[in-house]
Amino acid sequence: MVRKKLVLTFPPERVDKPITYHLVKDFDLVINILRAEIHEEEVGRMVLDVEGDEERINQGIAYLKSQDVKVQEAARDITLDEANCVDCGACTAVCLPKALRLNNETWKLEFDKEKCIFCELCVKSCPLGVIEIKF
Amino acid sequence: MLKTYQEINEKIKKGQVVVVTAEEIIDLVAEKGTQWVAREIDVVTTATFGPMCSTGAFINFGHADPPIKMAKVWLNDVPAYTGIAAVDAYIGATELSETQGLSYGGAHVIEDLIMGKSVKLKAVAYGTDCYPRKDIETHITKDDINQAYLYNPRNSYQNYCVAVNSSDRTIFTYMGTLLPKIGNATYSSAGQLSPLLNDPYYRTIGIGTRIFLAGAIGYVAWEGTQHNPVQERAPHGIPMSSAGTLALIGDLKQMSTNYIRAANFYRYGTTIYVGVGIPIPILDEEMVEFVKVSDAEIYTTIIDYGVPRRSRPMLGKVSYGELRSGEITIKGKNVPTAPLSSYAKAREIANVLKSLIREGKFLLQEPIERLSLERTFKPLEISREGI
Ligand code: SF4
Ligand code: SF4
Repeated sequence: MVRKKLVLTFPPERVDKPITYHLVKDFDLVINILRAEIHEEEVGRMVLDVEGDEERINQGIAYLKSQDVKVQEAARDITLDEANCVDCGACTAVCLPKALRLNNETWKLEFDKEKCIFCELCVKSCPLGVIEIKF
Repeated sequence: MLKTYQEINEKIKKGQVVVVTAEEIIDLVAEKGTQWVAREIDVVTTATFGPMCSTGAFINFGHADPPIKMAKVWLNDVPAYTGIAAVDAYIGATELSETQGLSYGGAHVIEDLIMGKSVKLKAVAYGTDCYPRKDIETHITKDDINQAYLYNPRNSYQNYCVAVNSSDRTIFTYMGTLLPKIGNATYSSAGQLSPLLNDPYYRTIGIGTRIFLAGAIGYVAWEGTQHNPVQERAPHGIPMSSAGTLALIGDLKQMSTNYIRAANFYRYGTTIYVGVGIPIPILDEEMVEFVKVSDAEIYTTIIDYGVPRRSRPMLGKVSYGELRSGEITIKGKNVPTAPLSSYAKAREIANVLKSLIREGKFLLQEPIERLSLERTFKPLEISREGI
């Protein structure tokens, strides 16, 4: 049994329900939807925790790909070294779900991990290198 | 004139000076009026903390025995310029390491020195009768070397543009990561707190002005490179895009990494965040009119970095008030905004400078000479030799 965190990106016309249903039903996977960001007429993103037999997980991923869903293995965690952050805000430029944002009174950075979809764009965008991926 | 520099300095020495930040002054003027503020407030502190590539340090290493006239020098494998006297060198923030590439540069060497870390010094020479040594490798810290001072040819830009990217791919620039199809917009100014936006015609900020530079006392040394005072201005005098600049100098040994930090823009290279604080004396009502400006009244220009040319298309004007709201409208589309310079740090520096002045530890210096209001910023044309 292994556990993986996957980020799925799927075209707007895809309905998410049957996809996850197939993962459970056809591949015996235990899945937990961590986040789902689906906007009308835009690409959807979903972060899943998947548990199951490694072979079966790989088959599940192959199935998703056959359905035009882009699958990426996500970082286990995104961490912010607050002590070394200078609150510049450069990372907020790429964080579309607004997990990283500047408080508009203190102008200090706030990180709401609940909103993070593990796109990892902020890691490269922080000029101080204080955002890291932990696997 | 209502007050002189001398009178303000006397008040500072007696502990009677009244100082507020460029942010606090806005509401104060709105509440009490220009006349009252001109009479009661002596100094307004301004500040900025943003990436400033045009930063570097002069260092004198001292002489080894036998002595060397350094011809090439490296600090932690980052080349420094030594085409001056035997053991003098200049390390620039954007110079990259020959072993670590884009991730370590002159900015990091400067940061390491300020932190008191040991830095590897390597130099080679051709050897002369008076300087026979041909190479040297040793370690230095800021305490071992002689002079070490920052000399930044261009800091504290008076306003800067907003960057967007209309192309189809993400681009990585010194204005941060710009998402395709105008997916975001970045800006880099402390706006209402920024020094030169509070003294648009350089009345009090000029050559010789004493400043707070990265935790140390520093000075305005000269007009900055690319100083461009003839930029289009709004009726209150504030330029609508990048205009005036300052060359700054200050003692590296007194600096603190709380106010200066090495940085690395992905696929661009290294640069350095520099914290600058500048006091503005409230000499008369005209100065109050200058320092009272708020983000809502300061405009800047949106530039399309998706076009990789010198003259990039302008996509309109926007105020810092709008930029700070987190979203602006470009071509009918809502675009999220993000700053690159830290407003929280700028605010912190403005407050630190306020305390220093109140405690009598920082006196104002009247400029010895004013910055040019006429200089134009010339492009570099590519010409064929002899024509
Ligand atoms: S990985 Fe970074 S940029 Fe992406 S959603 Fe999470 S915090 Fe935001
Ligand atoms: S880009 Fe880095 S230093 Fe700047 S606010 Fe984000 S985490 Fe902090």
